[in-house]
Order: sequence, then structure tokens, then C-alpha cells
Amino acid sequence: MPKVKVDGVELEVPAGATVLQACEQAGKEIPRFCYHERLSIAGNCRMCLVEVKPGPPKPQASCALPATEGQEIRTDSEMVKKAREGVMEFLLINHPLDCPICDQGGECDLQDQSVAYGRGSSRYDENKRAVTEKNMGPIVKTVMTRCIQCTRCVRFAEEVAGVPEIGAIYRGENMQITTYLEHAAKSELSGNVVDLCPVGALTAKPYAFEARPWELKKTHAIDVMDALGTNIRLDSRGRQVLRAVPRINDDVNEEWASDKTRHNVDGLVRKRLDKPFVRKDGKLVPATWAEAFAAVAAVQHGGSVAAIAGDLLDCETMFAGKALVEKLGGSLLEGRQTGLSYDVSSLSSVVFNTPLADLETADVILLVGTNLRWEAPLVNTRIRKAIKKGAKVFAVGPEFDLTYKVEWLGNDASLLAKLPEAVVEAFKGAARPAMIVGGGVLAKDGAHGDTLALVDTLGLIKDGWNGYNVLHFAAARMGGLMLGYATKGGIKAVAAAAPKLLFSLGADEVDYSAFEGSFKVYVGHHGDKGAHAADVILPGASYAEKAGTYVNLEGRVQFGEKAVFAPGDAREDWSILRALSEALGARLPFDSFDALRGQMVKAVPALGVEGIADYGWSVPSLPTGATGELGSPIKDFYLTNAICRASPTMQQCSAELIHGESFAEAAE
Amino acid sequence: MSLGYYVKSFTLWEFVKAHWLTLKYFFKPKATINYPYEKNPISPRFRGEHALRRYPNGEERCIACKLCEAICPAQAITIEAQPRDDGSRRTTRYDIDMTKCIYCGFCQEACPVDAIVEGPNFEFATETREELIYDKAKLLENGDKWERAIAANLAADAPYR
Repeated sequence: MPKVKVDGVELEVPAGATVLQACEQAGKEIPRFCYHERLSIAGNCRMCLVEVKPGPPKPQASCALPATEGQEIRTDSEMVKKAREGVMEFLLINHPLDCPICDQGGECDLQDQSVAYGRGSSRYDENKRAVTEKNMGPIVKTVMTRCIQCTRCVRFAEEVAGVPEIGAIYRGENMQITTYLEHAAKSELSGNVVDLCPVGALTAKPYAFEARPWELKKTHAIDVMDALGTNIRLDSRGRQVLRAVPRINDDVNEEWASDKTRHNVDGLVRKRLDKPFVRKDGKLVPATWAEAFAAVAAVQHGGSVAAIAGDLLDCETMFAGKALVEKLGGSLLEGRQTGLSYDVSSLSSVVFNTPLADLETADVILLVGTNLRWEAPLVNTRIRKAIKKGAKVFAVGPEFDLTYKVEWLGNDASLLAKLPEAVVEAFKGAARPAMIVGGGVLAKDGAHGDTLALVDTLGLIKDGWNGYNVLHFAAARMGGLMLGYATKGGIKAVAAAAPKLLFSLGADEVDYSAFEGSFKVYVGHHGDKGAHAADVILPGASYAEKAGTYVNLEGRVQFGEKAVFAPGDAREDWSILRALSEALGARLPFDSFDALRGQMVKAVPALGVEGIADYGWSVPSLPTGATGELGSPIKDFYLTNAICRASPTMQQCSAELIHGESFAEAAE
Repeated sequence: MSLGYYVKSFTLWEFVKAHWLTLKYFFKPKATINYPYEKNPISPRFRGEHALRRYPNGEERCIACKLCEAICPAQAITIEAQPRDDGSRRTTRYDIDMTKCIYCGFCQEACPVDAIVEGPNFEFATETREELIYDKAKLLENGDKWERAIAANLAADAPYR
């Protein structure tokens, strides 16, 4: 632990820290462009110059200089001030003065730092350099003339996203950042370079010129596009959410978010259900709330009631739905829409047991039938980190490009029972072994038992370490399982029971042909599959329009807040269910959201505490002996739920990046 | 009571004095003007009705940077922006609520391209409040109508900026 002096204040810094980190620890702000906590150190912007003694009598780049014993660092000397002014003047030589038309304006590092550390005027009279735009896909808009060559995007693409397709060509003043052969960087994480870019060279294409940062209301929310529970901030103006950006949470998403998380928000204002509908003579016609409720009340259900929960639901809605079904005398609840029917007697056997942050310390990893890049992109980045630390990855299942080296063992479920000797050997020597079982694998008879049997074979349980992980892809899944949204036999059993009254709580992936005889009440926000099949539609709120509790794939309970109001006549889901219960003569015992949440926490105490819920660890005895091919159920990363399907940006991403269609760009 | 008081009273001296004053002003030059046929001169810095200007080639100046919207102390300006077909940044909506506006001139100070200006026109009274909510078309029309005067005023004021 070296001791250094920063501006005369002595402090102890961790071994291996850089001078920049030492200065930060001392509370000194060091301006920087190329340095980023989560990327490798490049040291090419020179903005972080400080004076260091002992050393050469010139300022040194603090980001790339290790802090050593007895250093005297000055961040406030005349030399440092002059050096910063000089660097800033050089950076601004070729930077256009187009802040008024730049989307980064107002949240631009270069803007802020030139005000704080620049000279205030330029002495440069010559022509500025101009650089042609590059194609970086449907998410990232480029204005390369603004680029200051910090290479953060290059390092991100190579180190985190694992698509080394962005690079720099030419040298000196002619240096340009470009994509390889002008191909769009085909990464599901490409949107993150927009946040990383310290200037306006890379901005979000769907958000182009939409708003200024100062006019946005910022709300802390939880993303529902995958089961990871990415912590996001929804930026809204008026009644529209304009963008979603990640919040920093080292336990969940670090500071990244997938493109789907970022850019589904334009789907929130399209294809919305904004008034109740009732099916009359085979056609859905607009109705009032009272008419819609009366239509539901007219159903003679006799206690034969079921509820199916969609993938995007918060726990409160599911709890209210469950309470309504039970009050009406029913008991059929299901959330696994696509027909999965795995055993849930022990929640620990269907959860991601390794905390995500610990996953990057795993040393041997076995992936079973999962395409992590599409099912949970940010779990994939954790594994990339583990590999950088020397982990070895094996995989059973169909081959995908996971951006790192994987030893594919073959696509046969029977492999699980007889893993190759080399794999078992590797796991024997491992201190922190992990297995990740894709949610799709559980659809196969016996596969769940096979993977659980591997827990002992591969020794996945160590002291303070549980390496058995099931990867879900629905944000509502773990919350639903905790609230009992699982019927033995899955959705087929629900269909077989032929409920007279079926509540579909935003369930858009269900095959409704199996529910021909049921009176279907759809409570949801988009005019998608569920709404098409419904007999009565009650317009609800999307994740941005209601506060709620979400449980992510590792069982982490998180709270999201409400950013905007739902459009038109739509209401928050819990209040719809509460009002409907009154009309059905089965009044639910809560009148406010807080009362509902209080009752939910009373029923399932774990939902009231932020953090990972403790499910204990027990292994149910399940049948084994799965055979045949494994597969990931996600066929199109960009169109996995109703919000995405309504989003023009996601449709374009799907067409361009997955189906390879090219969209003609307007010539600029 | 002095004798003078009674003399002034009986000769209606105050009355005579007042009439003399009136008579004096009758022959002096008039201070009022015959509005609307005559008008006072106004400063080039006069802050009157707003206008959105164009470049000489007809291209609108406003680039939707929203600085005027941000600085407006009365929050009278509402702007929405989107990329135009050619990819350039333009407003799709530029509204000024003239009933909110306090004519402080901050918007024209904030504008980096001299697009929004407060012109010399002060005669824009309307019969309804609705007519005082100006949209982009109205503001551009104002700009076209007053461009000559606005340009002259800006040129006259330029040395002091």
C-alpha cells in the first residue's frame, strides 16, 4: 500500500492504483477523456496531466502512471493548469463549434471540461479537418468530425462487447475511427458506445435531435426486456419516455445496457391500448370501463377462473391478479407462457444461484443450451471478463458466436449424462465452477434432472459458492414463481382444466387456440397477440407507467418507479384489477398501491427487501435422461416482446442486423 | 388674512394665471403625436414582436438548439425537433405564447444563429387570446415581413455587441 502526497495531503492508496485513482481518492477532480474505469488504459488524450515528483520535470499522464511510494502529486500547480489549457486547445483545433446542433450538447464532457479547464479563446486560424460519416448500424449515429480519438469506443467493442470491428486508421491529424469494411458493428451492446463517447461523435440514432438533457425528467426504473433487471434511468418529457440509459449497479449491469433495453422506448407510444374494448359479434369494439366490467361480470364462471402472467409484469400486478383469482374461487395461475412445466418445488433449483458479480471470478464454466448473447447479453459480458481472468468455457447445445472461445461439446441432451472426461477433469480442478442452464433447456423432459445431477458430478457447490445457474429470459419469471404463478403441468394443465374465465395479464406469447372455450380478459398495454385473442380488453400500464417490484434471474428484488402516465384511458394494472373485483362482487382488500404492496410483502416477505432473496438450497429428485437436440427459444433478439414488436427501432434492428436487409439512408 | 388675498380673490387672479398658461401652451410646439398616423422613433434595440429569420437563400436559420426555450424566464417557448429529410436538425414545432412572454429579449441573446429576434413591431394586438399563441409558420411569416427592418436594426447595433 504505497503512500503518496496529493496537493500536500498524504494518503495511502491500494497497491496497483494509478496516480489518477490516487487523486480521485484525495477528492481531486482530474479531467479526462480516454480514461474509463471499465476499459483498459490508453493514455492518448493527455487531458489528465499532473505534476509528479520524483520524475521528469514535465507534466505526466496520471491515468497511465502507477502510484508509487513517496510520490508527490500536484494537481493545482501553474504547470498543470497550463498543460491542461494546452491540451484542451489542441483538442479543440479540429473539433467543430457545432454544439447548438449536437445531441451531446448539455451532457458533453468536452463542453464541460473546456469551460472548466480551457483558455476561453482559440488562436487557431487554419482550416479545420473534416471526416466522413461511418456506418455503425441502426443504433449509433456518427458525426466523425467531432471525434477526438479517445478510442473508448474501440476499446469497448474489443474488450466488453467482443466485436473487434471498430478501429482506427491513418495517423496523426488524419486518424479516423471506423468500422471494419464499413459494416455495421453487429453487437447487441452497440448502444453503449454512445454513453462512452465523451463528445458528440457517436450519438443515438433513434433519439437524434429529440430532446435536450435539461428538459428531461429522470426516473429510476428497472428494465423488463430480459430477466437481468438492468437498472435504468428513464428520461421523459411530458407523457413520453424519450430514452432509457443504464444506471451504475456493479451487482447487476455494471454500467452497460443492451440495445433492446435502450431503444424499446419508442414502442411505448405505438400500438397502445388506450381504451377498453369488448368483443361484439366477433369484433372488438371500443367500450367504456363500465361496459367492459359488465361484460366480464356477465360470465358465469362458477369458480373456474385462471390467470396467465406475461413476461413484463411487476410483482404487484401478479399479486393483485392472484388475489382476484383466489377471491373468485379459482386457483389456476401460470406464468410460463410457452409451455415450460419444470418443477418449482425448490426455487433454488430454477434460479441463477451465482451472484452476477461473482460470475466473473468463475474459473470453469459449462453452458447448457443457451445463447447468452441473446438471452442475457450482460451475463455474456461477465463471462468474457471471467475468460480474461483465465476461465475455460465448455458448452452443450447449438453453436453460436458468443464472442469468446468456447469448447463446443455437441448439440445432444444425452451428453449431459455422460460428459467427456476432459470436462469432468477440468471441473475437478476448479475452485469456482459454474454451470449455466438456458431456460429453453428446461422444456426438455428430463433435462432439468440431468443438469441437477451434474451439480454433484461436477462439484458445483463449494464453500460459499453455488455454481448451479438457470438463466431465465422473462423479467417477471422469478417474481411469478415466488408468487406461485406455476401450475403443475404448466400451461397445458391450465388449458386442460378449461377455465371459464381467463385473465391474461399482458400474456402475449401464449397459444390462445388452446383456450377456445374460455372468456378471455386481457389486461395489458399493447395490441399484440393477447389483445387479438381477448374477449374483453382492459388497457393497462407498461413498465414505464407504473411503479413496481421486479425480481431478476438471480432472485434479486428491485424496485422501479413510475416515469410517465399511461396513455388515454389506460390505468395502472393493479387499480384495474381492484375496480374489476368490485364489479365482480369480490372486492379486493386494498385501496392503494401501498396497501397492495404491504399485503404482498406480508404474503411473500422476501419481496419487501431489496437484494437477493434467499431460497436456501435443496435439490428435488427429478427424472433424468434427456435426449435430442437443445435449442434457444429466442429466434429474434430484437423482437421478443410486445413493446419491442411495436418499436420501429427494434424492427429496423431486426431487419438490418438479423435478417440482413439494408435500409437506404438519406444522403447527408 | 392679508389684503393681497382679498385682491387676488376678487380679481380672479388664479383664474387669469391658469388661462395665461393655457394660452402660452397653445402657441408652443405639440408634445403628442397623431398616432397611428405619426409614430415615435424607436431604438434599434427595441424588443417587440418575435420573428424567426431566414438566410438570404430562403433556408430557415433556426437549428432547434433549444437555448431560447431553456433561457426563457416565462417559459413561453415550446420547441420540438426532429431530423429533416436531408438529415439536418430542424424544429417541427416552435411555439411562443405571446401572452406569457415578458419581452425580456433573452431568447434573441441566447440564439447562436440570430434566428429568433424581437423585431420593431409593437402593433400586434388581437381580438382573442388564441391568436397570440404564435406557431412556427406565423413566426417565419413575421420574419419574412420584417426582415429588412430587423437586418437594419441588427446592423445598427452590431458595433456595440
